[in-house]
Amino acid sequence: MARLNVNPTRMELKKLKARLSTAVRGHKLLKDKSDEMVRRFTVILREAKSLREEVEKELSEVLRAFSIARSVTPSFEAETAFAMPSVAVTAECKTESVMGVDVPKVTLSSEKRADGLPYAYSEITGEADYSVQKASDLLPKMVALAQTEKTVRMLAEEIERNKRRVNALEYVMIPQLEETIKYIKDKLDENERAAVVRLMKVKSKA
Amino acid sequence: MTGKTAIVGNGDSIMVFKAAGVATFPAEDEKKARELLRKLAKEYQIIFITEDLARPLTDFLKRFDEEPYPVVVSIPSGAGSEGYGMEVLKNAMERALGVDILFNKD
Repeated sequence: MARLNVNPTRMELKKLKARLSTAVRGHKLLKDKSDEMVRRFTVILREAKSLREEVEKELSEVLRAFSIARSVTPSFEAETAFAMPSVAVTAECKTESVMGVDVPKVTLSSEKRADGLPYAYSEITGEADYSVQKASDLLPKMVALAQTEKTVRMLAEEIERNKRRVNALEYVMIPQLEETIKYIKDKLDENERAAVVRLMKVKSKA
Repeated sequence: MTGKTAIVGNGDSIMVFKAAGVATFPAEDEKKARELLRKLAKEYQIIFITEDLARPLTDFLKRFDEEPYPVVVSIPSGAGSEGYGMEVLKNAMERALGVDILFNKD
């Protein structure tokens, strides 16, 4: 490991020692942070996985039901039938902090219109009612999935970054500082010994 | 902050979500979807995109991971799930942990 390019003086030694102790403390803190982030990550990851499985299963069902509804109605115009949504979905978007990472936090609120479905019953068959109903029911889960998955992705990014920082401290910064400190100490000791020898020589001549 | 939800997808299958109160935007290919996303990202906070469109846009979608919003998430298309969403999760897991703790494949 290359040592830093500094003058071997007592001043530098003092500075480097201070830097080393900061680096060691920082390393410990970051390592703790990394451990905790990984712990939370695994929890959220599991949640995201089960949510995704559920959503994918149910959504496939909804879409299949919907395509059946489309096929059994000859003059089905999805465009016009659904032009006026019956529910207005508003999502309250906030951010939450997970280990210092700002992640989205969404709460969904929908206002149902009184008559329920957004189209005239003559337009479409009952299958469509069913799939629309299912889709509405599924929406909160989908939003939850969106939120959890985003959290997973953001946390993964942050964990990676943090790991890099920990490694840089552990394998580059700290060894470098230690080596430089040793070098300066050796150099100073050497100077001291040289001075002693010189003094002895001078004295013996006199 | 109140957010809006949108869905980008191929074909009419996403139309069912229009009735559920989600703004729908049809996109027949990835180029169109990319353009749409760029526009929608400013206006909508939660954007669903069907898998068939999300897969070719993986790199583009990574860009949204820097900020909490917008949330872009893939959903299976009408043809059923191809496992793209699981892949995304798997990638994130491997990057963060380096080991497979959930899927136990390979």
